[in-house]
Amino acid sequence: MSGAVMAEKRVFMTGNEVVAWAAVAARADVMYGYPITPQNEVMHYWTRLAPKHGKIFLQTEDELSAGFATIGGVLAGKKCFTATAGPGNVLMQEPVSMAEMMRLPVVVVVMQRGGPSTATVIYSQQEVTLTTFGGNGEGFRVVYSTAGLQELYDHTIKAFNTAWRYRFPVFVLADGYQAKMREPLTVYDPVERGIEPVAPEPYVGRPGKPGADRPPGHYRNTYNTEEELYAVVLEQAAEYERVAPEIVEHEESGAEGAAVLVVAHGVVARAAKQAVELLRAEGLKAGYFRPVTLRPLPAEALRTAAGRAGRLLVVESAYGQFARLVRDALYGLTVDVVPLYKPGLGITAEEIASRCRELAASSARTE
Amino acid sequence: MTVKPAMPESWRLETKPHKFCPGCGHGIALRALGQAIDELGIQDRVVFGCDIGCSLLAWDFFNVDSVQTHHGRTTPVVTGIKRANPELICVAYMGDGGGYAIGAQHLVNAAGRNERITVILANNTQYAMTGGQMAPTTLPGQKTETSPYGRDPEATGHPAKGPEMVAAITGEDAYVARGTVSKLPQLRRMMVRALQNQIEGRGFSFVEVLSTCPTNWRTNAKDTWEFLEKKMPAHFRTGELKVPAAAGKDEDGKKAVH
Repeated sequence: MSGAVMAEKRVFMTGNEVVAWAAVAARADVMYGYPITPQNEVMHYWTRLAPKHGKIFLQTEDELSAGFATIGGVLAGKKCFTATAGPGNVLMQEPVSMAEMMRLPVVVVVMQRGGPSTATVIYSQQEVTLTTFGGNGEGFRVVYSTAGLQELYDHTIKAFNTAWRYRFPVFVLADGYQAKMREPLTVYDPVERGIEPVAPEPYVGRPGKPGADRPPGHYRNTYNTEEELYAVVLEQAAEYERVAPEIVEHEESGAEGAAVLVVAHGVVARAAKQAVELLRAEGLKAGYFRPVTLRPLPAEALRTAAGRAGRLLVVESAYGQFARLVRDALYGLTVDVVPLYKPGLGITAEEIASRCRELAASSARTE
Repeated sequence: MTVKPAMPESWRLETKPHKFCPGCGHGIALRALGQAIDELGIQDRVVFGCDIGCSLLAWDFFNVDSVQTHHGRTTPVVTGIKRANPELICVAYMGDGGGYAIGAQHLVNAAGRNERITVILANNTQYAMTGGQMAPTTLPGQKTETSPYGRDPEATGHPAKGPEMVAAITGEDAYVARGTVSKLPQLRRMMVRALQNQIEGRGFSFVEVLSTCPTNWRTNAKDTWEFLEKKMPAHFRTGELKVPAAAGKDEDGKKAVH
């Protein structure tokens, strides 16, 4: 199947195309999907690749079916993924809850669109709560929030390895801007870079007659007693907490002694980074912190950075969904957290910079 | 001395006696399925999927790989397995609520795509695990917890005819039948033919099984049997509704048609 993987080269692609090529590079074999904007072209590229490279695709009747069929593909021992957005992500929480309970390595790519409900097909960061803690469970899943198309390629590949190594469901959380914009990036075969793809294993249909040559695989998500479930969930919690330090990722610069620490994720983090560079050139002590994983959140690193900062400016294209995760991580610290919320709107570096200047001026006045 | 009943080889003895209520039809339906698996010698290739509701009690019923899913979602899970590994013989086992209400879109579309899977659906005219609510299959006038004065077809329609619907929308090479737990040999043959259709890669296969629920029907043995044998067949005709030409006729089965 490695014949399908693109040789290392510079390309100029949209994010949806990047996801399809990254899934091929990760040795994914199966995609089950359902149309919803802005992720449609992930399926469009996959369906064009599929017959040439022995890949499997099915357009299902809805996202419930896409998610549950993805679970089926994983049970059969294939690297299997789906992609969705907005109201589709709402439906996707049902299968992901089951994957969480059964520790199944499904991979879901989410291209966030405006919410609530139908809203816009364009862009937002309003699926953070849903993607990190959706479903009737504890949020034992991994969520990578990418900021650009190179990362989208890298982290889609990484998502399959994380899923199959740790057996937790993994989301790649991007947005309509990343889905639809073109950027230059380098595609490559991860094997040639020493990133060994974690081999999938079948849960059902292993060799031998069940009950005679081997025990049958009996997989369930139902439990009879509270105590039984309690033990299962606690074991999952312990396992999630054990592996979290191996999974967490973040990026920061100039956090040490920053008067204003800008905290952002995803595509907004690019504006934040640029704003901080601008401000530092002006002599303002601004810093930047960006969690790459929203689940598990790099809480320790964030607390350390926030503990040394004068103030935090949390910037997001939603009304406080990301800020809730941040404040939860900071509980007990006295640092002031200032919001810059623009639900469903893009945010420029200049807007962030000008808010930081205001904050710096107001704290200078109070001193 | 106790005489142990002969159990299908594909049953898992460690999990018997099973967990269904006394008088429940699931045990008979799963017996027919177990016999069919034995007869076809496919125990090492079968994947058994079950739903939420009473069918979930079968998650460890067989000595075959099994997965218990969400309400109505067994069809897409099994579809996902089959398409990813067509060598496996995939069975989705569910109730009438799972197949005709909350998972109806999955049944309709799997039938429409002529998925090479086998769906077996137990019809006991109501939601049993949740305490006996009205289902799409509830008979006119039948009392349930959510139709305490009897189902009024003016307000909530007539009993859903699943096999008739599936037969109308699925492929020409699909196998569609309705059996009953009161006629085990016929039911076993239907299961064999349904599985055979998948093994030979012809198309979708679907068997509805008329089943019993004395617990929620609040019936004694005699009335339970009368409901199954007299009242249900007045709305649900048993027999084969669609048989691929290549499968030939089942003369014994035909005789059992009401």
